[in-house]
Amino acid sequence: MTKEELKISVTELLPSASFEEGSEWTTVLTGPDGWDSFARQVRSAPQLDFDYLFCVTAVDWKTHITVVYHLTSTVHRHTLVVKVKLDHDHPEVATVSGIWRTAEFHEREAYDLMGVVFTGHPDLRRLFLTDEWKGWPLRKDYEDPVNMIKL
Amino acid sequence: MIEEIGTTEQGELVVNLGPQHPSTHGVLHLVVTLSGETIKKVEPHLGYIHRSIEKMCESLSYRQFIYVTSRMDYLSSHINNHGCALCVEKGMQIEVPPRAKVIRVLMDELTRLASHQLWWGAMAMDVGALTPFFYAFREREAINDIMEETCGARLTMNYMAPGGVAFDLHPDFQRKVKDFLAFFRTKIDEYDELVTDNIIFQRRMEGIGYLSSEDAISYGCTGPTARGSGVSCDIRKSVPYEVYSQVQFEEVLETGGDCFARYNVRMGEMRQSISIIEQLIDNIPGGEFLAKTKAVLKLPKGEFYSKVETARGEFGVYIISEGGTTPYRIKFRSPGFSNLSALDHMARGHKIGDLVAIMGTLDLVIPDIDR
Amino acid sequence: MLSIENITHSIDVWLYGTFNPTAALLLESLIVGLCAITLFAVLGLVLVLMERKVSAYMQIRLGPNRVGPGGALQTVADTLKLAMKEGLTPDGADKFLFNLAPFMVIVVAMLILVPVAFAKGTQIWDINIGVLYISAVSSLSVIGILMAGWASNNKYSLLGAMRSGAQIVSYELSAGLSIISIVTLTGSLRISDIIDSQQDGWWLFKGHIPAMISFVIFIIAVTAETNRAPFDLAEAESELTAGFHTEYSGMKFALFFLAEYVNIFIVCAIAATLFLGGWMPLHIGHWTAFNHAMDYIPSSLWFIGKTFFLIFVIMWFRWTFPRLRIDQLLSLEWKYLLPLSLFNLLLMTLISIKGWHF
Repeated sequence: MTKEELKISVTELLPSASFEEGSEWTTVLTGPDGWDSFARQVRSAPQLDFDYLFCVTAVDWKTHITVVYHLTSTVHRHTLVVKVKLDHDHPEVATVSGIWRTAEFHEREAYDLMGVVFTGHPDLRRLFLTDEWKGWPLRKDYEDPVNMIKL
Repeated sequence: MIEEIGTTEQGELVVNLGPQHPSTHGVLHLVVTLSGETIKKVEPHLGYIHRSIEKMCESLSYRQFIYVTSRMDYLSSHINNHGCALCVEKGMQIEVPPRAKVIRVLMDELTRLASHQLWWGAMAMDVGALTPFFYAFREREAINDIMEETCGARLTMNYMAPGGVAFDLHPDFQRKVKDFLAFFRTKIDEYDELVTDNIIFQRRMEGIGYLSSEDAISYGCTGPTARGSGVSCDIRKSVPYEVYSQVQFEEVLETGGDCFARYNVRMGEMRQSISIIEQLIDNIPGGEFLAKTKAVLKLPKGEFYSKVETARGEFGVYIISEGGTTPYRIKFRSPGFSNLSALDHMARGHKIGDLVAIMGTLDLVIPDIDR
Repeated sequence: MLSIENITHSIDVWLYGTFNPTAALLLESLIVGLCAITLFAVLGLVLVLMERKVSAYMQIRLGPNRVGPGGALQTVADTLKLAMKEGLTPDGADKFLFNLAPFMVIVVAMLILVPVAFAKGTQIWDINIGVLYISAVSSLSVIGILMAGWASNNKYSLLGAMRSGAQIVSYELSAGLSIISIVTLTGSLRISDIIDSQQDGWWLFKGHIPAMISFVIFIIAVTAETNRAPFDLAEAESELTAGFHTEYSGMKFALFFLAEYVNIFIVCAIAATLFLGGWMPLHIGHWTAFNHAMDYIPSSLWFIGKTFFLIFVIMWFRWTFPRLRIDQLLSLEWKYLLPLSLFNLLLMTLISIKGWHF
């Protein structure tokens, strides 16, 4: 499916979505509400069939946090990028680990390093850092005078 | 992080495999719940070698950050560097000279060979055959020598630079690579005789750690792990970069989905890599090896994603730039991380010995997972 | 001709001539004990060095080559290092059993040495139930291993010990049946009788195909019984780190290590005795001249040559085969080797009743 066709299909599923221009792949901007059902639909709709989630990235924009999902279809070979905009102080979004199993680890990583809470995640714990770690290291306002070396 | 280790109420035994264990190849820590010898649950605990490379890269320039990625998947450091260089080039719209493209592919394939050789030795060691490890290292040593001559390093090469490669090939490069290929062509058959055809080895591999193609996609497995389940996911074929669209090679696919299928995929890939190198080694175009670039690279505001096929699978680099000299946010999508997430699913119901074999066929490199 | 038999005999005569019988017997026991311990030490040193050299040769390496001429003193240095090391006992361990286990294993290894005929007339005790004694005592070593695994309070050790228990008990059967198939030919359990019966040819060749089958089964079974690769599941380095001796260090570890190598020596010696004629030179039927020529090679050399050849074969296994999985290991024994050896025993009995063997 081309970028234009993808946009049309996505708008059908999620009328509130806006699109970001100028990037390599079709990029959808959305809020946390409805992301869960939208994800389920892009996974199951036969003309979209986004069966492979290859990257989950959480980005701290200082005013808000976005979680970027890179989706691709192994059947149709098209790619969709979904950016979910979240509140900076209480970032919360529904998990997609039930739809794409790989999300379980990727979401734990995002929680561990960026503090994004994925509601409904089966096992949301720190992945790399110790359980008693304070703070979310990848956030821009994170300070660690002991372990961080400023260049 | 580590819960009370002991026996559960059902009389199951909870065993810590790692962080120091001969077959986790590094500091992976698996908490394995056993019922007798049978695995009920495998829970990976990561982070023993977490360095927060993504955070580090946020304060490094676009020339510097490439070299940190050699420390992730140290067995395919060339390919990691390559992925980063591609991403920077995509952002800066740098045209890479044809000579550099060929050199990059040659280096990638040599790295893939070296990585698969090490995997082959370690894999055999995991199932209890100690000797193949030394045979694998003999061949890998030859590749390391070739790398050392050209790149000046044997493990963390740091050879790729935005716009090409850091320096030209050593004059002996072509001759040495040809010598090596002639030598390795005979040795790879020996690998098959020694290990692949061994009946005990086959019995240990067949039907173990089954991963269906749906599960492989759902768990985000890539590389030989997914291709062993029949998922066509080779980035070199699906999104060809550099000169991969011009060389003849096959994407090795197996449909078994078990350990033996994954093993065969890697063995097949070694042969394909040899063929790619043979096609290119006599056809290295002349000219520049490094495009002229500005001294200080500033990526335009925007987002850039590039992916390459490492020896373990799809390596993605996601750069978010705010227009400065350093990335605003960088994300590495490492293949081992996703492949590891399927381990629990694959290992359940098998024996401890199988867990080790499955980990062997996943070809885990822990710094790649922990980053 | 100076042979070991003459030496032992003259010592025996001298002792009984000089002292009263009780003192002579005590002194003789002392000498035998000392010899056995010396043999143990020498065997340990030689076999460990041999293993390292053989593995190095197979792995395109050099192996130990720094200590002594060609690395010959490497194992001496290693032993010294192990002797200096602190023998740690883990906190949660059952101290008594933990410390007893290595001695248990080594004592069992020492006991099986008793009926082995090292050369013509050189045997500690030519007991009339020789082979039965060997199979009985060798199964005791599993107790030491189980003890070590249980007392260590370590899950790897426990898993290793459990594997070892299942393995040794299973493979004991095949080994025993292979021994019995030779006993049906000789009609005697005494080691010296078994060797004498091979005067005109070794049982491996005289006993037709059944003897060869039982020889192969015996080698497989004893490899498993001594926990050697490809059956080294009790140690299974890549799975259980070091299996039942994970927690052992220093001399206690060295004893396990030594026992492993002594056990290999003993089982190979027994295989050589049963199938390859022990110290008996290679004799072919009635080729008198050839047989006489062979007799010129001392019997002790024949014994050592055969035993070390078999040891080499077992080492060869270790450095070429991958390890089996525990369920494969047990199904190999119970589904294949045991029925085969039972059938083979039947065949062998038929052959010996009908007198079809040479």
